[in-house]
Amino acid sequence: MVRRVDARPTIAPPRTLSRAGRGLHRFANPGRFLRLSGALLPWIAAPGLALTAAGLVWGLFFAPADWQQGDAVRIMYVHVPAAWLASAGYLALAGCSAASLVWRHPLADLAAAEISPVGAGFTAMCLITGSLWGKPMWGAWWVWDARLTSVLVLFFLYLGHIALVRAFDEPERGYRAGAILALVGVVNLPIIKFSVDWWNTLHQPDSITLFGAPTMSLVMLWPLLLSALGYTLVFAALVLARTRAAVMERRIRALLTARARHLEILG
Amino acid sequence: MKLFIALLARELRLSLRHLGDTLGALLFFLVAGALFPLAIGPSPETLGRLAPGIVWVCALLAALLPLDRLFGADYEDGSLDQLLLCGLPAAAIALGKALAHWLATGLPLLLAAGPLGIMLRLTPEALPALLGGLLAGTLVLSLLGTAGAAIVLGARRGGVLLPLLVLPLAVPVLIFGAAATDAAAAGLSPRPHLLLLCALLAGALPLCPIAAGAALRGAAE
Repeated sequence: MVRRVDARPTIAPPRTLSRAGRGLHRFANPGRFLRLSGALLPWIAAPGLALTAAGLVWGLFFAPADWQQGDAVRIMYVHVPAAWLASAGYLALAGCSAASLVWRHPLADLAAAEISPVGAGFTAMCLITGSLWGKPMWGAWWVWDARLTSVLVLFFLYLGHIALVRAFDEPERGYRAGAILALVGVVNLPIIKFSVDWWNTLHQPDSITLFGAPTMSLVMLWPLLLSALGYTLVFAALVLARTRAAVMERRIRALLTARARHLEILG
Repeated sequence: MKLFIALLARELRLSLRHLGDTLGALLFFLVAGALFPLAIGPSPETLGRLAPGIVWVCALLAALLPLDRLFGADYEDGSLDQLLLCGLPAAAIALGKALAHWLATGLPLLLAAGPLGIMLRLTPEALPALLGGLLAGTLVLSLLGTAGAAIVLGARRGGVLLPLLVLPLAVPVLIFGAAATDAAAAGLSPRPHLLLLCALLAGALPLCPIAAGAALRGAAE
Protein backbone atom coordinates (compact mmCIF):
# COMPACT_ATOMS: atom_id res chain seq x y z
CA MET A 1 0.00 0.00 0.00
CA VAL A 2 1.39 3.36 -1.00
CA ARG A 3 1.39 5.99 1.65
CA ARG A 4 0.07 9.17 0.23
CA VAL A 5 1.62 12.36 1.42
CA ASP A 6 -0.88 14.97 2.33
CA ALA A 7 0.01 18.05 0.34
CA ARG A 8 -2.44 20.31 2.12
CA PRO A 9 -0.86 23.01 4.27
CA THR A 10 -1.28 22.33 7.95
CA ILE A 11 -2.79 25.72 8.68
CA ALA A 12 -5.85 25.05 6.53
CA PRO A 13 -9.16 25.60 8.32
CA PRO A 14 -10.08 22.59 10.42
CA ARG A 15 -12.04 20.04 8.46
CA THR A 16 -13.86 18.79 11.52
CA LEU A 17 -16.19 21.76 11.54
CA SER A 18 -19.48 20.46 10.23
CA ARG A 19 -21.09 21.92 7.14
CA ALA A 20 -24.06 23.11 9.18
CA GLY A 21 -21.76 24.80 11.68
CA ARG A 22 -19.87 26.62 8.94
CA GLY A 23 -23.15 27.60 7.31
CA LEU A 24 -24.36 29.21 10.50
CA HIS A 25 -21.07 30.93 11.25
CA ARG A 26 -21.26 32.69 7.90
CA PHE A 27 -24.17 34.74 9.23
CA ALA A 28 -22.19 35.88 12.26
CA ASN A 29 -20.31 38.36 10.07
CA PRO A 30 -21.78 41.78 10.99
CA GLY A 31 -21.48 43.17 7.45
CA ARG A 32 -23.29 40.19 5.94
CA PHE A 33 -25.86 40.39 8.73
CA LEU A 34 -26.54 44.07 8.01
CA ARG A 35 -27.03 43.44 4.27
CA LEU A 36 -29.19 40.36 4.76
CA SER A 37 -31.30 41.73 7.59
CA GLY A 38 -31.80 45.01 5.75
CA ALA A 39 -33.24 43.10 2.81
CA LEU A 40 -35.34 40.80 5.02
CA LEU A 41 -36.68 43.32 7.50
CA PRO A 42 -39.55 44.77 5.40
CA TRP A 43 -40.59 41.25 4.43
CA ILE A 44 -40.85 40.26 8.08
CA ALA A 45 -42.29 43.46 9.51
CA ALA A 46 -45.06 44.02 6.97
CA PRO A 47 -46.58 40.48 7.08
CA GLY A 48 -46.13 40.52 10.85
CA LEU A 49 -48.15 43.69 11.26
CA ALA A 50 -50.74 42.56 8.70
CA LEU A 51 -51.19 39.12 10.29
CA THR A 52 -51.38 40.56 13.79
CA ALA A 53 -53.98 43.09 12.69
CA ALA A 54 -55.97 40.44 10.81
CA GLY A 55 -55.84 37.96 13.69
CA LEU A 56 -56.83 40.59 16.25
CA VAL A 57 -59.69 42.02 14.14
CA TRP A 58 -60.95 38.50 13.44
CA GLY A 59 -60.66 37.51 17.08
CA LEU A 60 -62.00 40.71 18.62
CA PHE A 61 -64.92 41.33 16.25
CA PHE A 62 -65.85 38.24 14.21
CA ALA A 63 -64.98 35.16 16.26
CA PRO A 64 -67.88 33.89 18.39
CA ALA A 65 -68.13 34.70 22.10
CA ASP A 66 -67.57 31.85 24.55
CA TRP A 67 -70.68 30.13 25.95
CA GLN A 68 -69.31 30.45 29.45
CA GLN A 69 -66.94 33.41 29.43
CA GLY A 70 -68.87 35.62 27.04
CA ASP A 71 -66.93 38.39 25.32
CA ALA A 72 -64.15 38.25 27.90
CA VAL A 73 -62.70 35.29 26.01
CA ARG A 74 -61.53 37.72 23.33
CA ILE A 75 -58.65 38.79 25.60
CA MET A 76 -57.20 35.38 24.67
CA TYR A 77 -56.21 36.62 21.19
CA VAL A 78 -53.93 39.22 22.79
CA HIS A 79 -52.87 37.27 25.87
CA VAL A 80 -51.98 33.79 24.61
CA PRO A 81 -49.63 34.82 21.75
CA ALA A 82 -47.89 37.27 24.10
CA ALA A 83 -47.38 34.45 26.60
CA TRP A 84 -45.98 32.14 23.92
CA LEU A 85 -43.63 34.84 22.68
CA ALA A 86 -42.50 35.63 26.24
CA SER A 87 -41.26 32.03 26.64
CA ALA A 88 -39.99 31.67 23.08
CA GLY A 89 -38.14 34.97 23.42
CA TYR A 90 -36.34 33.70 26.49
CA LEU A 91 -35.41 30.55 24.59
CA ALA A 92 -33.95 32.73 21.83
CA LEU A 93 -32.10 34.77 24.46
CA ALA A 94 -30.63 31.57 25.91
CA GLY A 95 -29.67 30.36 22.42
CA CYS A 96 -27.85 33.63 21.69
CA SER A 97 -26.18 33.47 25.10
CA ALA A 98 -24.95 29.92 24.48
CA ALA A 99 -23.64 30.98 21.06
CA SER A 100 -21.87 33.96 22.59
CA LEU A 101 -20.26 31.85 25.33
CA VAL A 102 -19.19 29.05 22.99
CA TRP A 103 -18.16 30.89 19.81
CA ARG A 104 -17.77 34.46 21.13
CA HIS A 105 -19.71 35.92 18.21
CA PRO A 106 -20.12 39.67 18.87
CA LEU A 107 -23.38 39.52 16.93
CA ALA A 108 -24.83 36.99 19.39
CA ASP A 109 -23.94 39.36 22.24
CA LEU A 110 -25.70 42.26 20.57
CA ALA A 111 -28.74 40.13 19.70
CA ALA A 112 -29.02 38.85 23.29
CA ALA A 113 -28.84 42.38 24.66
CA GLU A 114 -31.58 43.46 22.24
CA ILE A 115 -33.86 40.44 22.75
CA SER A 116 -34.32 40.98 26.47
CA PRO A 117 -36.12 44.39 26.31
CA VAL A 118 -38.47 43.07 23.60
CA GLY A 119 -39.10 39.88 25.58
CA ALA A 120 -39.71 41.89 28.74
CA GLY A 121 -42.27 43.96 26.82
CA PHE A 122 -44.13 40.87 25.63
CA THR A 123 -44.02 39.38 29.14
CA ALA A 124 -45.42 42.60 30.58
CA MET A 125 -48.19 42.52 27.97
CA CYS A 126 -48.93 38.89 28.90
CA LEU A 127 -49.10 39.75 32.61
CA ILE A 128 -51.26 42.86 32.11
CA THR A 129 -53.77 41.23 29.75
CA GLY A 130 -53.83 38.15 31.98
CA SER A 131 -54.67 40.38 34.92
CA LEU A 132 -57.45 42.07 32.91
CA TRP A 133 -58.79 38.63 32.01
CA GLY A 134 -58.52 37.32 35.57
CA LYS A 135 -60.67 40.06 37.09
CA PRO A 136 -63.94 39.10 35.30
CA MET A 137 -63.24 35.34 35.30
CA TRP A 138 -61.66 34.64 38.68
CA GLY A 139 -62.81 37.78 40.49
CA ALA A 140 -59.21 38.85 41.20
CA TRP A 141 -56.58 40.84 39.33
CA TRP A 142 -53.88 38.52 40.53
CA VAL A 143 -53.69 35.08 42.15
CA TRP A 144 -50.50 33.44 43.35
CA ASP A 145 -50.75 30.21 41.43
CA ALA A 146 -47.79 28.42 39.87
CA ARG A 147 -48.28 29.66 36.29
CA LEU A 148 -48.64 33.32 37.24
CA THR A 149 -45.74 33.18 39.69
CA SER A 150 -43.39 31.50 37.23
CA VAL A 151 -44.22 34.06 34.51
CA LEU A 152 -43.60 36.84 37.03
CA VAL A 153 -40.20 35.28 37.73
CA LEU A 154 -39.59 35.22 33.96
CA PHE A 155 -40.36 38.95 33.87
CA PHE A 156 -37.87 39.59 36.68
CA LEU A 157 -35.26 37.49 34.89
CA TYR A 158 -35.69 39.62 31.77
CA LEU A 159 -35.40 42.82 33.83
CA GLY A 160 -32.34 41.45 35.63
CA HIS A 161 -30.72 40.64 32.29
CA ILE A 162 -31.46 44.14 30.95
CA ALA A 163 -29.98 45.76 34.06
CA LEU A 164 -26.96 43.44 34.23
CA VAL A 165 -25.88 43.77 30.58
CA ARG A 166 -25.83 47.55 30.88
CA ALA A 167 -24.15 47.70 34.30
CA PHE A 168 -20.53 47.20 33.22
CA ASP A 169 -18.08 49.82 32.00
CA GLU A 170 -16.69 47.39 29.44
CA PRO A 171 -19.60 46.12 27.31
CA GLU A 172 -17.95 42.72 26.72
CA ARG A 173 -17.99 41.93 30.45
CA GLY A 174 -21.66 42.81 30.58
CA TYR A 175 -22.48 40.54 27.63
CA ARG A 176 -20.65 37.66 29.23
CA ALA A 177 -22.28 38.10 32.66
CA GLY A 178 -25.68 38.46 30.98
CA ALA A 179 -25.12 35.28 28.96
CA ILE A 180 -24.36 33.28 32.11
CA LEU A 181 -27.40 34.73 33.87
CA ALA A 182 -29.63 33.93 30.88
CA LEU A 183 -28.43 30.32 30.84
CA VAL A 184 -28.98 29.95 34.59
CA GLY A 185 -32.52 31.30 34.17
CA VAL A 186 -33.41 28.67 31.57
CA VAL A 187 -34.50 26.38 34.45
CA ASN A 188 -37.58 28.58 34.69
CA LEU A 189 -38.85 27.69 31.20
CA PRO A 190 -39.89 24.07 31.89
CA ILE A 191 -41.38 25.26 35.17
CA ILE A 192 -43.59 27.71 33.27
CA LYS A 193 -44.52 25.11 30.68
CA PHE A 194 -45.44 22.35 33.11
CA SER A 195 -46.67 24.47 36.03
CA VAL A 196 -50.29 23.86 35.02
CA ASP A 197 -49.71 20.09 34.98
CA TRP A 198 -47.57 19.73 38.10
CA TRP A 199 -49.67 21.91 40.36
CA ASN A 200 -53.38 22.34 40.75
CA THR A 201 -53.54 25.88 39.37
CA LEU A 202 -56.39 28.30 38.82
CA HIS A 203 -54.85 29.01 35.42
CA GLN A 204 -56.25 26.49 32.94
CA PRO A 205 -54.00 23.81 31.41
CA ASP A 206 -52.85 24.08 27.79
CA SER A 207 -55.63 23.90 25.18
CA ILE A 208 -53.23 23.48 22.29
CA THR A 209 -50.53 20.82 22.27
CA LEU A 210 -48.02 19.79 19.66
CA PHE A 211 -49.47 16.30 19.31
CA GLY A 212 -53.14 15.76 19.93
CA ALA A 213 -56.28 17.63 19.05
CA PRO A 214 -56.80 21.13 20.41
CA THR A 215 -59.52 21.37 23.02
CA MET A 216 -60.97 24.52 21.48
CA SER A 217 -63.25 25.21 18.57
CA LEU A 218 -61.67 25.79 15.17
CA VAL A 219 -63.50 29.10 14.75
CA MET A 220 -61.51 30.36 17.73
CA LEU A 221 -58.31 28.49 16.89
CA TRP A 222 -57.75 30.08 13.47
CA PRO A 223 -57.67 33.72 14.58
CA LEU A 224 -55.50 32.69 17.54
CA LEU A 225 -52.95 30.96 15.31
CA LEU A 226 -53.04 33.89 12.89
CA SER A 227 -52.27 36.44 15.59
CA ALA A 228 -49.64 34.11 17.09
CA LEU A 229 -47.85 33.98 13.72
CA GLY A 230 -48.17 37.75 13.41
CA TYR A 231 -46.78 38.29 16.94
CA THR A 232 -43.84 36.01 16.15
CA LEU A 233 -42.95 37.97 13.03
CA VAL A 234 -43.34 41.29 14.85
CA PHE A 235 -41.07 40.01 17.62
CA ALA A 236 -38.47 38.93 15.06
CA ALA A 237 -38.73 42.25 13.22
CA LEU A 238 -38.29 44.25 16.43
CA VAL A 239 -35.24 42.23 17.43
CA LEU A 240 -33.73 42.48 13.93
CA ALA A 241 -34.26 46.24 13.78
CA ARG A 242 -32.80 46.73 17.28
CA THR A 243 -29.80 44.50 16.51
CA ARG A 244 -29.17 46.41 13.26
CA ALA A 245 -29.25 49.66 15.21
CA ALA A 246 -26.84 48.22 17.78
CA VAL A 247 -24.39 47.09 15.08
CA MET A 248 -24.50 50.52 13.43
CA GLU A 249 -24.13 52.26 16.80
CA ARG A 250 -21.04 50.21 17.50
CA ARG A 251 -19.60 51.08 14.07
CA ILE A 252 -20.24 54.77 14.60
CA ARG A 253 -18.57 54.64 17.98
CA ALA A 254 -15.56 52.87 16.47
CA LEU A 255 -15.35 55.52 13.72
CA LEU A 256 -15.62 58.37 16.22
CA THR A 257 -12.91 56.81 18.39
CA ALA A 258 -10.67 56.36 15.35
CA ARG A 259 -11.24 59.98 14.30
CA ALA A 260 -10.52 61.27 17.79
CA ARG A 261 -7.29 59.29 17.86
CA HIS A 262 -6.39 60.59 14.41
CA LEU A 263 -6.99 64.20 15.49
CA GLU A 264 -4.92 63.58 18.60
CA ILE A 265 -1.99 62.39 16.52
CA LEU A 266 -2.30 65.37 14.18
CA GLY A 267 -2.73 67.93 16.94
CA MET B 1 -8.34 18.17 47.37
CA LYS B 2 -5.52 19.53 49.49
CA LEU B 3 -5.75 22.83 47.65
CA PHE B 4 -9.51 22.86 48.12
CA ILE B 5 -9.18 22.36 51.87
CA ALA B 6 -6.52 25.07 51.99
CA LEU B 7 -8.90 27.42 50.14
CA LEU B 8 -11.71 26.59 52.55
CA ALA B 9 -9.42 27.13 55.53
CA ARG B 10 -8.33 30.49 54.13
CA GLU B 11 -11.93 31.60 53.64
CA LEU B 12 -12.92 30.48 57.12
CA ARG B 13 -9.91 32.21 58.67
CA LEU B 14 -10.85 35.38 56.81
CA SER B 15 -14.46 35.24 57.98
CA LEU B 16 -13.23 34.60 61.54
CA ARG B 17 -11.12 37.76 61.33
CA HIS B 18 -14.12 39.66 59.93
CA LEU B 19 -16.54 38.34 62.51
CA GLY B 20 -18.61 41.49 62.12
CA ASP B 21 -19.96 40.32 58.75
CA THR B 22 -21.37 37.12 60.22
CA LEU B 23 -22.71 38.95 63.26
CA GLY B 24 -24.26 41.59 61.03
CA ALA B 25 -26.20 39.02 59.01
CA LEU B 26 -27.26 37.23 62.18
CA LEU B 27 -28.41 40.42 63.88
CA PHE B 28 -30.29 41.50 60.76
CA PHE B 29 -32.08 38.13 60.79
CA LEU B 30 -33.13 38.50 64.42
CA VAL B 31 -34.03 42.18 64.30
CA ALA B 32 -36.02 41.87 61.06
CA GLY B 33 -37.84 38.86 62.49
CA ALA B 34 -38.60 40.74 65.70
CA LEU B 35 -40.19 43.59 63.76
CA PHE B 36 -43.08 41.43 62.57
CA PRO B 37 -44.76 40.85 65.95
CA LEU B 38 -44.56 44.60 66.55
CA ALA B 39 -46.09 45.38 63.15
CA ILE B 40 -48.85 42.76 62.94
CA GLY B 41 -49.67 42.44 66.64
CA PRO B 42 -48.68 39.81 69.17
CA SER B 43 -51.73 37.49 68.85
CA PRO B 44 -50.39 33.90 68.92
CA GLU B 45 -52.74 32.56 66.20
CA THR B 46 -51.77 35.14 63.58
CA LEU B 47 -48.09 35.02 64.47
CA GLY B 48 -47.94 31.23 64.52
CA ARG B 49 -49.62 31.12 61.11
CA LEU B 50 -47.16 33.64 59.63
CA ALA B 51 -44.04 32.40 61.44
CA PRO B 52 -42.75 29.93 58.78
CA GLY B 53 -42.94 32.56 56.06
CA ILE B 54 -41.37 35.26 58.23
CA VAL B 55 -38.44 33.08 59.26
CA TRP B 56 -37.83 31.99 55.67
CA VAL B 57 -38.00 35.48 54.16
CA CYS B 58 -35.71 36.90 56.85
CA ALA B 59 -33.23 34.04 56.35
CA LEU B 60 -33.27 34.65 52.58
CA LEU B 61 -32.56 38.38 52.98
CA ALA B 62 -29.96 37.85 55.70
CA ALA B 63 -28.08 35.32 53.57
CA LEU B 64 -27.83 37.93 50.80
CA LEU B 65 -26.18 40.54 53.02
CA PRO B 66 -22.57 39.29 53.06
CA LEU B 67 -22.61 38.24 49.39
CA ASP B 68 -21.24 41.42 47.82
CA ARG B 69 -18.03 41.06 49.86
CA LEU B 70 -17.73 37.36 48.92
CA PHE B 71 -15.56 38.08 45.89
CA GLY B 72 -15.36 41.87 46.17
CA ALA B 73 -12.28 42.12 48.42
CA ASP B 74 -10.41 39.40 46.49
CA TYR B 75 -11.27 41.08 43.21
CA GLU B 76 -10.02 44.49 44.32
CA ASP B 77 -6.69 43.42 45.81
CA GLY B 78 -5.86 40.93 43.07
CA SER B 79 -6.01 37.76 45.14
CA LEU B 80 -8.82 36.49 42.91
CA ASP B 81 -6.37 36.31 40.00
CA GLN B 82 -3.97 34.39 42.23
CA LEU B 83 -6.72 32.02 43.32
CA LEU B 84 -7.59 31.32 39.69
CA LEU B 85 -3.91 30.57 38.99
CA CYS B 86 -3.46 28.24 41.96
CA GLY B 87 -4.33 25.10 40.01
CA LEU B 88 -7.91 24.58 41.09
CA PRO B 89 -10.61 24.83 38.44
CA ALA B 90 -12.66 28.01 38.70
CA ALA B 91 -15.78 25.98 39.55
CA ALA B 92 -13.98 24.44 42.55
CA ILE B 93 -13.01 27.90 43.78
CA ALA B 94 -16.65 28.96 43.50
CA LEU B 95 -17.74 25.82 45.38
CA GLY B 96 -15.22 26.54 48.13
CA LYS B 97 -16.49 30.12 48.39
CA ALA B 98 -20.09 28.87 48.55
CA LEU B 99 -19.24 26.38 51.31
CA ALA B 100 -17.39 29.06 53.25
CA HIS B 101 -20.38 31.40 52.87
CA TRP B 102 -22.66 28.68 54.16
CA LEU B 103 -20.44 27.87 57.12
CA ALA B 104 -20.05 31.55 58.01
CA THR B 105 -23.66 32.68 57.36
CA GLY B 106 -26.01 29.75 56.76
CA LEU B 107 -25.01 27.75 59.81
CA PRO B 108 -25.38 30.67 62.31
CA LEU B 109 -28.76 31.48 60.71
CA LEU B 110 -29.77 27.87 61.22
CA LEU B 111 -28.84 28.07 64.89
CA ALA B 112 -30.75 31.34 65.35
CA ALA B 113 -33.82 30.16 63.42
CA GLY B 114 -35.04 27.90 66.23
CA PRO B 115 -35.19 30.63 68.91
CA LEU B 116 -36.68 33.09 66.41
CA GLY B 117 -39.36 30.55 65.45
CA ILE B 118 -40.28 30.03 69.09
CA MET B 119 -40.42 33.80 69.67
CA LEU B 120 -42.83 33.99 66.74
CA ARG B 121 -45.04 31.36 68.42
CA LEU B 122 -44.33 28.62 65.91
CA THR B 123 -45.76 25.31 67.13
CA PRO B 124 -42.92 23.10 68.48
CA GLU B 125 -43.95 20.24 66.18
CA ALA B 126 -43.01 22.37 63.16
CA LEU B 127 -39.49 23.15 64.39
CA PRO B 128 -37.77 20.02 62.96
CA ALA B 129 -39.32 20.72 59.55
CA LEU B 130 -38.22 24.37 59.76
CA LEU B 131 -34.64 23.47 60.65
CA GLY B 132 -34.44 20.58 58.18
CA GLY B 133 -35.77 22.80 55.42
CA LEU B 134 -33.39 25.61 56.33
CA LEU B 135 -30.46 23.17 56.34
CA ALA B 136 -30.99 22.30 52.66
CA GLY B 137 -32.42 25.71 51.79
CA THR B 138 -29.54 27.82 53.10
CA LEU B 139 -27.12 25.59 51.18
CA VAL B 140 -29.02 26.26 47.95
CA LEU B 141 -29.10 29.97 48.80
CA SER B 142 -25.33 30.00 49.36
CA LEU B 143 -24.78 28.29 45.99
CA LEU B 144 -27.18 30.60 44.14
CA GLY B 145 -25.78 33.62 45.91
CA THR B 146 -22.22 32.67 44.99
CA ALA B 147 -23.23 32.38 41.34
CA GLY B 148 -24.98 35.76 41.55
CA ALA B 149 -22.02 37.41 43.30
CA ALA B 150 -19.64 36.07 40.64
CA ILE B 151 -21.90 37.32 37.84
CA VAL B 152 -22.18 40.90 39.15
CA LEU B 153 -18.47 41.09 40.01
CA GLY B 154 -17.12 44.36 38.65
CA ALA B 155 -20.51 45.85 37.77
CA ARG B 156 -21.53 49.34 38.74
CA ARG B 157 -24.06 49.19 41.60
CA GLY B 158 -23.35 45.47 41.90
CA GLY B 159 -24.68 45.42 45.43
CA VAL B 160 -28.09 46.66 44.26
CA LEU B 161 -28.12 44.35 41.25
CA LEU B 162 -27.29 41.21 43.23
CA PRO B 163 -30.65 40.84 45.07
CA LEU B 164 -32.52 41.60 41.84
CA LEU B 165 -30.79 38.64 40.17
CA VAL B 166 -30.70 36.17 43.05
CA LEU B 167 -34.15 36.66 44.61
CA PRO B 168 -36.21 35.55 41.56
CA LEU B 169 -34.05 32.42 41.30
CA ALA B 170 -34.51 31.75 45.02
CA VAL B 171 -38.31 31.70 44.73
CA PRO B 172 -38.61 27.86 44.57
CA VAL B 173 -36.49 27.48 47.71
CA LEU B 174 -38.75 29.89 49.56
CA ILE B 175 -41.93 28.19 48.33
CA PHE B 176 -40.94 24.65 49.27
CA GLY B 177 -39.16 25.62 52.47
CA ALA B 178 -42.09 27.58 53.84
CA ALA B 179 -44.51 24.91 52.59
CA ALA B 180 -42.64 22.19 54.52
CA THR B 181 -42.90 24.13 57.78
CA ASP B 182 -46.54 25.00 57.05
CA ALA B 183 -47.36 21.34 56.44
CA ALA B 184 -45.70 20.30 59.69
CA ALA B 185 -47.54 23.04 61.61
CA ALA B 186 -50.84 21.78 60.15
CA GLY B 187 -50.07 18.22 61.23
CA LEU B 188 -49.23 16.96 57.74
CA SER B 189 -46.03 15.31 56.59
CA PRO B 190 -43.37 17.82 55.46
CA ARG B 191 -41.54 15.01 53.64
CA PRO B 192 -42.51 15.78 50.00
CA HIS B 193 -41.53 19.45 50.35
CA LEU B 194 -38.24 18.55 52.03
CA LEU B 195 -37.49 16.03 49.28
CA LEU B 196 -38.14 18.71 46.64
CA LEU B 197 -35.78 21.04 48.52
CA CYS B 198 -33.13 18.31 48.47
CA ALA B 199 -33.75 17.90 44.73
CA LEU B 200 -33.14 21.63 44.28
CA LEU B 201 -29.93 21.22 46.26
CA ALA B 202 -28.88 18.27 44.11
CA GLY B 203 -29.44 20.41 41.00
CA ALA B 204 -27.76 23.54 42.34
CA LEU B 205 -24.71 21.74 43.73
CA PRO B 206 -23.11 21.01 40.33
CA LEU B 207 -24.71 23.77 38.22
CA CYS B 208 -24.16 26.90 40.34
CA PRO B 209 -20.39 26.43 40.77
CA ILE B 210 -20.04 25.90 37.00
CA ALA B 211 -21.91 29.13 36.27
CA ALA B 212 -19.99 30.98 38.98
CA GLY B 213 -16.69 29.61 37.68
CA ALA B 214 -17.44 30.81 34.15
CA ALA B 215 -18.33 34.24 35.50
CA LEU B 216 -15.16 34.38 37.63
CA ARG B 217 -12.99 33.58 34.64
CA GLY B 218 -14.78 36.32 32.71
CA ALA B 219 -14.20 38.79 35.54
CA ALA B 220 -10.50 37.99 35.77
CA GLU B 221 -9.80 38.38 32.05
